[in-house]
Amino acid sequence: MSATGISAQPGPPLWLLAELTYRCPLHCAFCYNPVDFATSGPELSTDDWLRVLREARAAGSVQCGFSGGEPMLRDDLEVLVAEAHRLGFYTNLLTSGVGLTPERAAALKAAGLDHIQLSFQDSTRELNDFLSHTRTFDLKQRVATLIKENGWPMVMNCVIHRLNIDYIDRIIEMAVELGAEYLELANSQYYSWALLNRDQLLPTRAQIERAERVTNEYREKYGDRIRIFFVVPDYHEKRPKKCMNGWGNVFLTVTPDGTALPCHTAKMLPGLAFPNVRDLGVREIWYESEGFNRYRGDGWMKETCRSCPDKEKDLGGCRCQAYMLAGDPAEADPVCDRSPAHHVVLDALARAEAGKGREVPLVFRDPAASRRLAG
Amino acid sequence: MSTPVAMDACPRVSRRFRLQWEEAQQAWVLLYPEGMVKLNQSAGEIMRRCDGSRTVAAIVAELEQAFGASGLADDVAKFLDLARGQQWIEG
Ligand code: SF4
Ligand code: SF4
Repeated sequence: MSATGISAQPGPPLWLLAELTYRCPLHCAFCYNPVDFATSGPELSTDDWLRVLREARAAGSVQCGFSGGEPMLRDDLEVLVAEAHRLGFYTNLLTSGVGLTPERAAALKAAGLDHIQLSFQDSTRELNDFLSHTRTFDLKQRVATLIKENGWPMVMNCVIHRLNIDYIDRIIEMAVELGAEYLELANSQYYSWALLNRDQLLPTRAQIERAERVTNEYREKYGDRIRIFFVVPDYHEKRPKKCMNGWGNVFLTVTPDGTALPCHTAKMLPGLAFPNVRDLGVREIWYESEGFNRYRGDGWMKETCRSCPDKEKDLGGCRCQAYMLAGDPAEADPVCDRSPAHHVVLDALARAEAGKGREVPLVFRDPAASRRLAG
Repeated sequence: MSTPVAMDACPRVSRRFRLQWEEAQQAWVLLYPEGMVKLNQSAGEIMRRCDGSRTVAAIVAELEQAFGASGLADDVAKFLDLARGQQWIEG
C-alpha cells in the first residue's frame, strides 16, 4: 500500500459487468444506457463473449453481472451463463424480467445462474406503465414467482425518483408480498437519460426525508424478513460517492459493441480512448491501456482534491459527473460542497424545490429519441 | 447475539454464500449476490472446514495439527460466533 491507500499495482478486475445488448423493450425515463445507444456498433458475438469471460476470469474476475439493455434478448444468454459458471464466476443476471419464461428460467438454473436481480419500476400499475411505457406489472409478479420457484435469492431493485418516491410504502409492501429477501430502493443517478429528465425526476428534500422515515418504519416492522437498502441521490449529499470504488480499481464494464470501460458511462469522457475487447486482451486492457490508467489513484487530481484531507475517502467522486457538471473530468465531483462548481448542484436542487419539472415533458428512452439526440 | 457456538456443533457454509479459493487474490472468498467477502488466512482455514460433517472440536484439532499450534479453541469459537452473526455459517 502506498500513502494514498491505493496499491501501486492495481488489483484484479474483480467485477465484470457484461452489457450484452442495448436493446430493451422498455423505455425508462431514467435509463442508464448512453443517450446515443442507438448509434452503437454491432454487438459482440457469442464467441467474443466466451473469450471475454475466459480472459477476465484468468485476470482474476470473480463476480459477473449480465445486464443490458435487457439481457434476456440475447438468445445465447444460457450459453454465456454456463461458461461463466464453469469458469468459477458468481453469476448475476440483471433483468426487467421481460422474456424470462418458465423454460428459460429452468435453462438458466441448469446453466448454473446464481442470482437474478429483478428491477421493478413501481408498485402501481398505472405509474409503472407510465414510467416504463409498457404493460409490465403483471409480468414482474410472474417473474418474481419464477425466481422463488427456482430457489434463487429474491433480490428486487426499484429506481426511486420524484414521481414514485411518495409511493415508497406501496413499493415496499409489494416487495414483501412477492417474497423479496432484499430490496434496493436506489434513487436515480443523474446520468444519461436521467440527466435529460433531471428536473422531472429529482425529488425534493422533504420527499427524501419522508421516504427514509417510511423505509425505517418498515425495517422495524419486518426485521429480518426483508433487508431494505435505501440509496439517497448524491445531489442531496455534501460529499460525493467513491465512484465505482475507485477508477480501474475493481470494475470492468464491457459494452455491447466490445468497448471496455471502468464504468458504464465513462465513454462520454473527452480525449480518452477506450480499448475494444476485439482488439486487446482483458489483462492488457486492465493494466496497460491509457483509458484505465488515466484516473487511477490520485495523481490526476487538480488542486481542490489534491490538497483535500478527504481525498482517500472518495477519490474526488465521479469523473463523469465532474465532466457533465463542471466541464472537466479532472475536477472535483460538483456534488462536493468544496467543488468550485457545487453551485450547479445547488441550482438543480433549487429547481427541484420549485417544481420546475412540471414545465417540460419527460423524454422516454427509445431508439428514435436516441438517434435524434445523438444528432 | 445468541449462545456461543458449541464444541460438538457441525457448522456448514450457509446456502446464501459460496466459499471458494481465488488464485488471483491468494485467498478464500465468500460470494453472494453482487458481493464478496475476502477472508484472511485464518478465517479461510476455518471456513473451508465448515462442511457440516466436522464438529467444532474436530476443526480445532485439525487446525492445531496443521499449524503446529495449541490452544486455538477460543479463537476458533470467537470467529465462528462472528461468522454466525454474519450468517456465513449455519448449524
Ligand atoms: S433502465 Fe429501463 S429502458 Fe434502460 S435498459 Fe433498463 S429496463 Fe431498459
Ligand atoms: S474536494 Fe475532492 S477529494 Fe475532497 S471531499 Fe471533495 S471531491 Fe472528495
